[in-house]
Amino acid sequence: MAGQEGGALDSASGTDRPPSGSLSFVDSIKTDIAIVGAGGAGLRAALAAAEARPDLGIALISKVVPMRSHTVAAEGGAAGVVQAHDRLEDHFNDTVSGGDWLCEQDVVEFFVRRAAAELTQLEHWGCPWSRQADGRVAVRAFGGMGTERTWYAADKTGFHLLTTLFQTALRHPGIRRFDEHFCLDLLVADGRVQGVVALDLAAGAIRLIQAKAVILATGGAGRVYRFNTNGGIVTGDGLALAYRHRVPLRDMEFVQYHPTGLPGTGVLVTEGCRGEGGILLNRDGYRYLQDYGLGPETPIGQPRNRTMELGPRDRLSQAFWFEQQKGRTLRHPVWGDVVQLDLRHLGEARIDERLPFVRELARAYANVDPVHEPIPVRPAVHYTMGGIETDCRAATRLPGLFAVGECASTGLHGANRLGSNSLTELLVFGRVAGEEAAQIAATTSLDASPALRREADAIAARARSLINPDGQESVPALRDALGEAMEAGLGIFRTEEGMQQTADQIASLKRRYRAARVTDRSNVFNTEWLQALELGFLLDVAEAMVHSALARRESRGAHHRLDAYRSRDDERFLKHTLSRFRDDGPPEIGHAPVTITTSPPAQRSYGGDGRGSGER
Amino acid sequence: MNGTIVIEVQRYRPEQDPHPWWQAFELDYRPEMSVLDALHQIRDRHDSGLAYRWSCRMAICGSCGLMVDGVPRLGCKTFLRDYYPDRIRLGPLAHFPIERDLIVDLRDFLDKLAAVKPYLIRAAQDERPSEPRRQTPAQLARFLPFAQCISCGLCYAACPEYGLNNRFFGPAALALLHRYNRDSRDQGRAERLPTMNAEDGVWGCTFVGYCSQVCPKGVDPAAAINQGKIVSVIDYVRHLVGLSPATLGQDATQEGER
Repeated sequence: MAGQEGGALDSASGTDRPPSGSLSFVDSIKTDIAIVGAGGAGLRAALAAAEARPDLGIALISKVVPMRSHTVAAEGGAAGVVQAHDRLEDHFNDTVSGGDWLCEQDVVEFFVRRAAAELTQLEHWGCPWSRQADGRVAVRAFGGMGTERTWYAADKTGFHLLTTLFQTALRHPGIRRFDEHFCLDLLVADGRVQGVVALDLAAGAIRLIQAKAVILATGGAGRVYRFNTNGGIVTGDGLALAYRHRVPLRDMEFVQYHPTGLPGTGVLVTEGCRGEGGILLNRDGYRYLQDYGLGPETPIGQPRNRTMELGPRDRLSQAFWFEQQKGRTLRHPVWGDVVQLDLRHLGEARIDERLPFVRELARAYANVDPVHEPIPVRPAVHYTMGGIETDCRAATRLPGLFAVGECASTGLHGANRLGSNSLTELLVFGRVAGEEAAQIAATTSLDASPALRREADAIAARARSLINPDGQESVPALRDALGEAMEAGLGIFRTEEGMQQTADQIASLKRRYRAARVTDRSNVFNTEWLQALELGFLLDVAEAMVHSALARRESRGAHHRLDAYRSRDDERFLKHTLSRFRDDGPPEIGHAPVTITTSPPAQRSYGGDGRGSGER
Repeated sequence: MNGTIVIEVQRYRPEQDPHPWWQAFELDYRPEMSVLDALHQIRDRHDSGLAYRWSCRMAICGSCGLMVDGVPRLGCKTFLRDYYPDRIRLGPLAHFPIERDLIVDLRDFLDKLAAVKPYLIRAAQDERPSEPRRQTPAQLARFLPFAQCISCGLCYAACPEYGLNNRFFGPAALALLHRYNRDSRDQGRAERLPTMNAEDGVWGCTFVGYCSQVCPKGVDPAAAINQGKIVSVIDYVRHLVGLSPATLGQDATQEGER
C-alpha cells in the first residue's frame, strides 16, 4: 500500500476536516425485543427469548463485538449447589450474610433454586466445565461460601461461558446482531419504553430501533474509578440510560474492591487462587488476615471455607487498608503499596491445570512466575453491587424495560457480592428477562408513531451537539479527574468530609463537561466522540454513587466509614438506597425496605467465629 | 531508564485521506508500557482522533490485534521494553480491509467463525437438561486447547493463503470446527464435513504454520487443520468404499491424533 511516509514528529498533518457529516437516519428498524449489551446477560436473555418464541425478532445491540464484552474477563467461576452434602439454604445463608443482610431474600431464594439448573444448561450447550476424574463437574472453594460450590472452567470461566452463549446464539435466526452500535438513549413514550436509538460506529448512521420490550444488559461501571479490574468499555451506559429516564438506581454506594488486582494495571487475579489454597502475605511474610477476624490461621495447603483467605471480599480489602496504615505492606517503586499472593506451594502442575491464565497474566503484567515467586497484588475496584432497580422478574419500574446482570440491582448481592454469584446471576436473571420480554412482545403492538421519530431526531441532535471543536475541556483530563475524585472520597473506607469533597468535585466536573472538546467530525469510528458520550454516562453514575454513599450514615458491607458511623445500624439503615436523577442538581435520595424472609439480621462472622450458629 | 520512544502509526481516515500514511509520535517511555498504553498516550496527549479498538487490556477480549513491526500481535500483550530504544511501527491487521487508522473490518472473519456450526449438535435434541453429562478430564483435554480462541484475527493476518484468497476458511474457523468435532458431547461431525472437505476448507492450507506462531493463546490452528486433513482423507476413503460420513464415529479422529 502506498502510504505517505513520515513527517515531523507530532505534526498533525492535514487540518482540513471532512464536511460535517450529515447524520440522517439510514434506517428505522422494527423488532420485538431490543437487548442492549451482548455479554453474558444479554446473550442469555436473547437465547431465552428465542427459545420461548422462535418467531420473535430480537435485536442484540452491543457497542463491541459480543465476544469483547467484559464477561469474557471473569475468571474464577459460577456458584450453584451441586454436591450431595451441600444445601440450597447454605448458599442462601452465605449470600445473605455475605451481603450484610441488605439482600432481597426472596430474590436470593429464587436465585439459589435456579442456579444449578442454569449451569447445567450451559454444560448442555457445550461449556467446557472442569471435571473430576470420573467425569462429573468439579467445584472449587470461593470466598464467603461455606461449601465448595463454584463451577469453573480452569480460570477462564467467563471466557468459556460467554463463548458458549455466543456460539449457541448463532443457531437462532431470530437473533439479529447490531455489533458496534452504541446506544444513545431509550425511546420512552406513553409511559413505556418503545425502543432505543443507537449509533452505528462503523457507518456513523443513527438507527431508530423500535421494540416492544427493551432489556438493558450493559454491565457495570468500574471505569468511574481510575484503578480497576474492568475493561475500557465498562462505562455504566445502561445505568445512566435508565437513570436519566427517572428509573431509580438502587444501592449505588456499594462498590466492590477485589482484594487481588495486579498493581499498575489493575488486571484481575482470581479469587480461585485462594480457593485453590493461595495465601496472602504482608511485608513480613505474615498472613495478616488472622488479625482481622478471619483467623485462626489455617495450615498452608489446607484452605478452610469462610476463613482467612476465603473470607469475603469486603473484609479482605479492608484488611489490606489497615495493613497499609500500619506500614506493613510492601512498597514497590513503580506500583506503590502491595501485598503478596503466594501460590508456590500449589506446584506447577496444579497451577497449570487450574490457574493457567493467572500464570500467563502474572508473567506478562507483573513479570513474575507464580510457580517460583509470589504475585504482588492490591485491591482494585471490581464490581458495582447496586444498579437499576428491578424486581425478581428483572422488570424495572418503567413498563417494558428490563435490566439484568451487573447493571441491574435485583437485590441479590446486598452490600457485598460473594465471588462467583454474579456469573450465575446473569444466567438466572438473563433467562427470566428474556422470557418476560417475550411475554410482553406477544401481547403488545408497535406504535407507528411519528412522535417516536421526532424523539429520535432530538436524541440524535443532543448527541451530535457534543461535538464541539471549540470546547475548552479535555475529555481525558475530565475522565482522569473523575477517577481520582472517586478514589479519594469513595474508596475502601469513607468519611463524610471526603465524600462531600468528591460530590463537589463531580458537580464541578459535570459543569466542565458541558464545555468538553470534541474535534472529530468523522462518521467512521469516531472514538473521540464515543469517549465523550461515555464520560457523560460515567459522570451521572458517579454522582449517584457518591450521593447514595453520603446518605448511608452507617457502615455495612462494602460501604465502610471512618467517621461517626463506623458500625451497622439496622434501626435506621436496614433499607435500600434509591437514587433518582434530577436535571438541575444532585439526585434525590430515597429509601426502600429490604425483604426479609427467613434470615433476620445477625452478626456477620467469619473464621473461627463463623463456625458458630450465630449467623445461620 | 525513562526516556522517549518513537512510535510510528499508520493512519487512514477514509473521509479525508486518499491513502494510508505514516505518522510518528515521540512518547514518554516506561518499561512496563504496552503498545496499547502507547496508543492511549498518543490519543490522550497528541491526537484525540486516533482510532483503535481495545477493552480488557489483559489479552482475553481479542479487541486490540494489530501489526507491530509487521508481525500480528495483541497491543495489550506487547511491551515497549522489547523494542526500546528502537522505533516501533504499528499498522492495522494485514489481510483485512481498513476502516480507519488501526481499525479493520473483521466481518468476513466473524462470518467464517459462525459458518462452521460452532455449537454442540446432537442427533436428538435434549429436553430441558436435569443434570450435567459426564466428560472425563481426558475427553476434555482432547478439545480444550482448540477452545481457547479469542477471535482476535491475528492468525488471519498471518495466513498467506487467506491473504491471497479470502474464500479460504482460515485458521481460527477451522480450529473452531475441529474443537467441536473433538468434543465427546458432540454428534455433528457429519454436518461439518462438507465445510472441512471443501476446496476452501482444510485443503486450502499449505501448512506454513505462521498462524500457530502468532496465536496469543497457544491454540495451534495449524495442528487442528492438519488433523482435519486426516479426518477428511478417512472420510474420502470411507466414501470410496461406500460408507456414509454419518457413520463416521469417534474412532475416525482418534486415528488422526498426535
